[in-house]
Amino acid sequence: MFEMLLIEGLAIGACYGLFGVAVAIIYKTSDVVNFAQGEMGMMSTFVAYQIMTVYGWPFYIAFPATLIFAIVLGMAIEFCFLRPAKEPTVLGLLILTLGAEMLLMGLAGWKWGAEQKDFPFLLSVYDTIEIFPGLALNEWTIGVFVLTTVVMVLLFLFFRYSKLGIAMRATQQNENAAKIMGIKVERVFSITWGMSSLIGALAAMFFAARSVLDPNFMMEPFMRAFAAAVLGGLTSIPGVVIGGLILGIIENFFGYAWPEWKPIVAFVVIILIITIRPSGLFTKHYVKKV
Amino acid sequence: MDMKRDYYEDIELFKSGTVLVWTIIFLLFLFTLPLYLPSYNIYLVNIILVNVILAVGLNVLVGYTGQISLGHAGFFAVGAYGTSLIMMHLHFPFPAAIIIAALIAAFLGFIIGLPALSLEGPYLAIATLGFGLTIMHIIGRWEIFGGRMGITAPPLDLGIPNSSLSFVIKGDVQIYYLILIITVLLVIGARNLMKTRVGRAFMSIRDDDIAAEVMGVNLTIFKTMSFAVSAFYAGIAGGLYGFVVSFFDPFSFNLILSIIFLVMVVVGGLGSVLGAIMGAILITYLQYDLLKNVENLPYLGGLLVTISKKWFTVIGLANFAGIALGLIMIAIVIFEPLGMFGIWIRIKKYWKTWPF
Repeated sequence: MFEMLLIEGLAIGACYGLFGVAVAIIYKTSDVVNFAQGEMGMMSTFVAYQIMTVYGWPFYIAFPATLIFAIVLGMAIEFCFLRPAKEPTVLGLLILTLGAEMLLMGLAGWKWGAEQKDFPFLLSVYDTIEIFPGLALNEWTIGVFVLTTVVMVLLFLFFRYSKLGIAMRATQQNENAAKIMGIKVERVFSITWGMSSLIGALAAMFFAARSVLDPNFMMEPFMRAFAAAVLGGLTSIPGVVIGGLILGIIENFFGYAWPEWKPIVAFVVIILIITIRPSGLFTKHYVKKV
Repeated sequence: MDMKRDYYEDIELFKSGTVLVWTIIFLLFLFTLPLYLPSYNIYLVNIILVNVILAVGLNVLVGYTGQISLGHAGFFAVGAYGTSLIMMHLHFPFPAAIIIAALIAAFLGFIIGLPALSLEGPYLAIATLGFGLTIMHIIGRWEIFGGRMGITAPPLDLGIPNSSLSFVIKGDVQIYYLILIITVLLVIGARNLMKTRVGRAFMSIRDDDIAAEVMGVNLTIFKTMSFAVSAFYAGIAGGLYGFVVSFFDPFSFNLILSIIFLVMVVVGGLGSVLGAIMGAILITYLQYDLLKNVENLPYLGGLLVTISKKWFTVIGLANFAGIALGLIMIAIVIFEPLGMFGIWIRIKKYWKTWPF
């Protein structure tokens, strides 16, 4: 029983972590907390659903098509909404992304209605595979672990070695200096949003396979992923994933003991962590100077 | 134009005789409104007034103190449930019940204000958002709050229930007068608060908290006080809302409601009581009236139905309100960060300096 709870907690935690990475990438580069992240993932998942169930195309066509859609969507939101805003305040940015969230949620509700749908995903939660003797995991869990590892390794390599990744880090450290060095900062933001939307869409499809698909389904996972991201420290990508794993385990064990209070664990954790250690467990605390 | 010669001029409620006359005319109009408004519209006006109270309170926090809250639906819910439950189980008269409920909300606001001391921007937004959702879940799961089924508000009794002092208010029109009096008092209260030492301390925190601290403003006291005042207003608004709709469940107090509250303040104009009132009126009207029946609009309605039939679903057209509100939010940040109050100021300036 203990192992099962632990593994399940780790799996859902990895999913939170993956989605938290999507939030963290944008926050890292442009200091924007994207409240529309969940709805961007939701929209992409609905596109996958549309391609598979309405047009009847197989998963291996729908999957890449969805990922391309996710990238375009992320870039479009950055280009249409964030770029025209001239020097917005923190509150202004918050309102912008919340507006995008309402917009996407309204569009999805208009197109697909509010009723809950099953998302036909390649990996099932019910079929199990025995990896080691005595350890059977369901396909979904294995998929999450593999995907998270792959994304983490790719991101590490990307930020460490690719020219674009280095440009992104430079933009994060000092936007003006990056501009002077010849980095097209606006293009970097665009690519960041595309990347984040892509990772968010991947995670959202995994969430949809576990629960149901409706226009609100990403709201609570987004909150939890954000809790995970804050727990690990919003600016450290490995920290975010570790935060996700910790949150997943806490939530799963807590949910086993008191099932009816499971939904609020993440919020209590978020408030506690923010109060005690606002910059997260794995990043240095910075002090605002005058 | 706006030169002030002494302190008294700065703190007086009406800047000039013109403002006073127009305010009195407007109040007379409000107090006689049920005479010429069809009674089914009074319900909408009641909701608008409740939202005006809330927006004015939220503006104290967001507009004047510069903090962010995405959890005001939580305080709103505390007010609604608190008032109804105190009246149902303890048989308190309405004024006592609503004040106790609002004080509970204010206390919760104080508690939420504590972590806010070290937080800013997005972190604060998330902490308050978490608070709002926690309140919603607690209410939804606890039997005493009626659980997911929701509760029905008790009769609105201004005196002591079941006694000779009982004075029950019934119907939208009577509730309208009660809410109107409370709204006017609270709006004047908020306006005056901003002209006291406390209000100036709030504004100094908004402009630069470090400078404010150096000047001797106690951040701990004033930040938490701002949260408490704002939560108090939300509590009062919630208590009245419960009687306006007479039936409510936990899911009415969701995240979207918190977002809409914030939108009212931002669309109206940050840091101005008048702006908050305008924002609350506009957004509530859009949400409850215009966008709810969007297919009945001239020209646009027919077009939307055609679009729905072709690419979307007609039944999902109800979600159009979300799309419109989202677009309004985005447009206001991009084109008019000062909100409707900014537009108003510009019109005023144009007329005052005309023809230059």
